[in-house]
Amino acid sequence: MNCKGLIYEISAYLDGELAQETLTEIEVHLKRCKDCQLIVDTTRKTIQIYYSAQPLPLPDDVRERLHTALIKRLGRRPNP
Amino acid sequence: MDSLITGCLGIVARRSWLHWRRFETTAKLVRYQDFSVIQAETICANLLEGAWCAAITPPAKRMSSPEPKHLPSTIVREDEGALVSLAKSGDLAAFDELVNRYERRIFRLAMNITQNREDAEDATQDAFLKSFQHLGDFQGGSRFYTWLVRIAVNEALMRLRRRRPNVTSLDEPVQTEEDLIPREIEDWGPTPEQRYQSTELNSILNSAIADLEPIFRTVFVLRDVEQLSTEETADALGISVPAVKSRLLRGRLRLREKLNRFFEQRKPA
Repeated sequence: MNCKGLIYEISAYLDGELAQETLTEIEVHLKRCKDCQLIVDTTRKTIQIYYSAQPLPLPDDVRERLHTALIKRLGRRPNP
Repeated sequence: MDSLITGCLGIVARRSWLHWRRFETTAKLVRYQDFSVIQAETICANLLEGAWCAAITPPAKRMSSPEPKHLPSTIVREDEGALVSLAKSGDLAAFDELVNRYERRIFRLAMNITQNREDAEDATQDAFLKSFQHLGDFQGGSRFYTWLVRIAVNEALMRLRRRRPNVTSLDEPVQTEEDLIPREIEDWGPTPEQRYQSTELNSILNSAIADLEPIFRTVFVLRDVEQLSTEETADALGISVPAVKSRLLRGRLRLREKLNRFFEQRKPA
């Protein structure tokens, strides 16, 4: 496993989808390659930060328009 | 008589084990994963019945990375199925609850795909309306949330294609190897996101996603923001599983590059 090979497998590695043999090759490479350690670490953080981000509250005007449209089509005011 | 005693002991052992594991796992989720106590308890309740069986059988050979990324989804609550059943029978209050529950996520999804507020609003409205109108077609083979996301994706992509017809094919081949080579390799420190206030962080994350090409953006948003599986993402977009994986790899690496300038640790002058 070299750096290029690791980049191709980084997504599957972080998703836990690799076969044991490839996983071992990656871990051996990571032990001796500082750059790849940083790339794996920062890619993992990229995913985790987006994964943890909570959606902001719907803007009031957007929510009002959405619920008005639903009332009109469904015939009843949705719960506030 | 012996079998009765054995059975009772089995029940007591099971209850004690579940009680202890529930306490321990809830504490870990709250302490290390920033879940609320309620979220953590719900996750535990779902997980532990299955874990009891796993605890009394030999572990399978591990085939994954040491830190699997995906935690159990926190989006879908246990009562979703009951709400959908009520809504199917015409209970509008139950459908209202589903709207209130998912409107923020569906609007964010539509914004992420269309990058246009007016289109995102329209897509959100139509997604909810169509989901209600076609609720009878929902078979319950998948989660309602996944089904709703699929409708919202179609609504959002339709509007994106209308506005930008030349750049929104999801079938186009991915680029050459060069787009995979990382250019910025810096240390971000343990918790780079904590250097920003939540609104500022949201702004950074949104602008980085907005810069991605639609074919990468859409796959990344479905997989890593809306927490769909690879197969669900492929199904929602009408593309193959290998295509999802290829686009996800490129999307993740490009976002990493874009976030680098915000999150790299500043070296002392």
